[in-house]
Amino acid sequence: MIRKTIAVARKEFRQIWRDTRTLMTLLFVPAFFLLLYGYALNFDIRHVGLGVDDRDRSTESRALVAAFVNSGYFDLVASIDTTISQPETAPTSAIRRALSPPQTIERLMDRNEVRAVLVIPNGLGGALRTGRPATVQVLLNGDNANTATTVMGYATTIVRSESARYLPAAAPGSSGAPLVSAEPRVWYNPALRSTLFLVPGLIAYIAMITAVVSTALSIVREKERGTMEQVRMAPLDAASFVAGKTIPYFVVSLLSAFGIIAVAMVLFGMPMRGSWLLLLLAMSLFLVGALGLGLLISSVAETQQVAFQAALLISFLPTLMLSGFIFPIASMPRFLQIVTYAVPARYFLIALRGIVLKGAGAQAFGGELLALTVFAGVVMTLASIRLRRQWA
Amino acid sequence: MSAITVRELTKRFGAFVAVDRVSFEVAAGEVFGFLGSNGAGKSTTIRMLCGLLKPTSGTATVGGIDVGRDPEGVKRRIGYMSQRFSLYERLTVDENIRFFGGIYGLDRARLAARREFVLDMAGLRGRERTLAADLAGGWRQRLALGCAILHEPRIVFLDEPTGGVDPLSRREFWSLIDQLSASGVTVLVTTHYLDEAEHCHRVAIIHGGQLAAIGTTDELKRVFDGRTIVEVQSANPVETMRLLDALPEIEKTSVFGTSVHAVLRGGAGDATPLVRRRLEAAGIAVASTAIVQPSLEDVFLEVIEQREKATAG
Repeated sequence: MIRKTIAVARKEFRQIWRDTRTLMTLLFVPAFFLLLYGYALNFDIRHVGLGVDDRDRSTESRALVAAFVNSGYFDLVASIDTTISQPETAPTSAIRRALSPPQTIERLMDRNEVRAVLVIPNGLGGALRTGRPATVQVLLNGDNANTATTVMGYATTIVRSESARYLPAAAPGSSGAPLVSAEPRVWYNPALRSTLFLVPGLIAYIAMITAVVSTALSIVREKERGTMEQVRMAPLDAASFVAGKTIPYFVVSLLSAFGIIAVAMVLFGMPMRGSWLLLLLAMSLFLVGALGLGLLISSVAETQQVAFQAALLISFLPTLMLSGFIFPIASMPRFLQIVTYAVPARYFLIALRGIVLKGAGAQAFGGELLALTVFAGVVMTLASIRLRRQWA
Repeated sequence: MSAITVRELTKRFGAFVAVDRVSFEVAAGEVFGFLGSNGAGKSTTIRMLCGLLKPTSGTATVGGIDVGRDPEGVKRRIGYMSQRFSLYERLTVDENIRFFGGIYGLDRARLAARREFVLDMAGLRGRERTLAADLAGGWRQRLALGCAILHEPRIVFLDEPTGGVDPLSRREFWSLIDQLSASGVTVLVTTHYLDEAEHCHRVAIIHGGQLAAIGTTDELKRVFDGRTIVEVQSANPVETMRLLDALPEIEKTSVFGTSVHAVLRGGAGDATPLVRRRLEAAGIAVASTAIVQPSLEDVFLEVIEQREKATAG
């Protein structure tokens, strides 16, 4: 029994090793994917062109403008009031022109020279000094809603933290509300670089696809070539065959997954704050589920083409859309939220982000580990029932 | 005791009856040929006998084991090689042998001994590290046979083993089958090369899922008892057939390569001069006419025609 499993596994390793295309697909394409998506899927927006219309020209207003520029997210490209003096902290080269309002704002926005304009009303400095609330206006170019929302988040945060500096100076007994307020709509924490949030998702996504596709293809290939029939003719039970078939792909997928993690740590500065052992456990549970899914597909599909398409559909779309990788599950319609419970990447992502970013222990995502175990158990059982039925 | 006993074996796929109440026996050490056109039910029968397909009804025992009851027991006792050489192309000769030895559960010592045997039998010494994909057809086929008999089964099923192989390799392959048989192994082989069937001790002709004829080739040829067959070599076989079919003394004609076989009706006497005269009168140059023994191909066509007539009438 064990000898037969080893014979199948050894053969499978040889085939993987010899088939350069498969090997490349398993080992290098994932890392390449990570590079591609890692750089393309970046929700951070930097070097936003900023126009400033400072009508107050006080120390406080200049400090606010300086805070925007120093945040690193904004480049001051236009001062709209001709009489404004240049903020000392801003790089001189960043100031390209000094123009007069208000028709210029529209022109600058249209030409995309600025995406945001900070309008500071007359009297800001006076208000702050006497502890009265004041308002600044941020005009945003909304032609790309996502970018605008993100930029708004940056602006809000900067204004808030600037405002906080004046709080101790405020009269005791005041409401404690920030003195300078902006519309508080925080979509994202701008301090968190989005790659750090996305890379774990990418790892789950890539590992899922490679594991499902490679397992499904390897069995269907045997069906197509007729070797499956020859093997079935041997006194070899389905369980030994499935085990021998799965082990090599498990090992290779695991290597590949840790390869991706290494790349993510080196290139994207992903931290590894938790336990490697825990990571190995979560990764293994997730991969066994993925391999089971591949086996299940191979028990249904008769040609490699069908298997490939089915594998992509089942692994690619749910992992991308329904795992919380890009779109938060909480903001999905109720029905889709229910569907996400059947997506293993959903649980794996929570565990992975927990381990990698937070350094959390197993108790923080015990439920997720359990869910991954259940998923792996269910698909593996289904797959072996189906394969066994085809076997005899 | 017979190696294979088949009783009323039937396989239905929905409304389609692939194998219809087939019964026969194969003695130990016998080379038993299974003849039939594509789709006649040969492969389905073999797959049932190997424990790959469950019979709808009827029984079959292979090596004393009931295939319906213990398909795994059957699998342990038989060797099987199918029409597609099911080797792993990206593995070497040696790796294929090791893999199949492994899934048949051979231990290290036995595998080493059997590996030597297969390398010698297939003439693959010095090619142990060649990829199966790079082997010529004949070698691949012999390697496939070797892998199928690594566990020294007493009964071997070969499903169209010589399809797509050159004539020389086919002949070598058949000498391997003879060797197996000489060592007491029972071989059940399907083929649609009728010349190969002459190597078999006994043959069965299967048509439309039913057993149409069974016996030694000589026994089968008795279907022509009382009738003679004239082989005609002429310049124009097609025209020859048309002219001869019109003669009342001639029952039917068929083409064999460049010659025409004409079956004379029983009691017509020696009609060879008549055939020659008729053709020459029509201006066809006749190279030779001769009375010949029926070939297995004549038998096959005759048996199938009789079957068709019987089912049509």
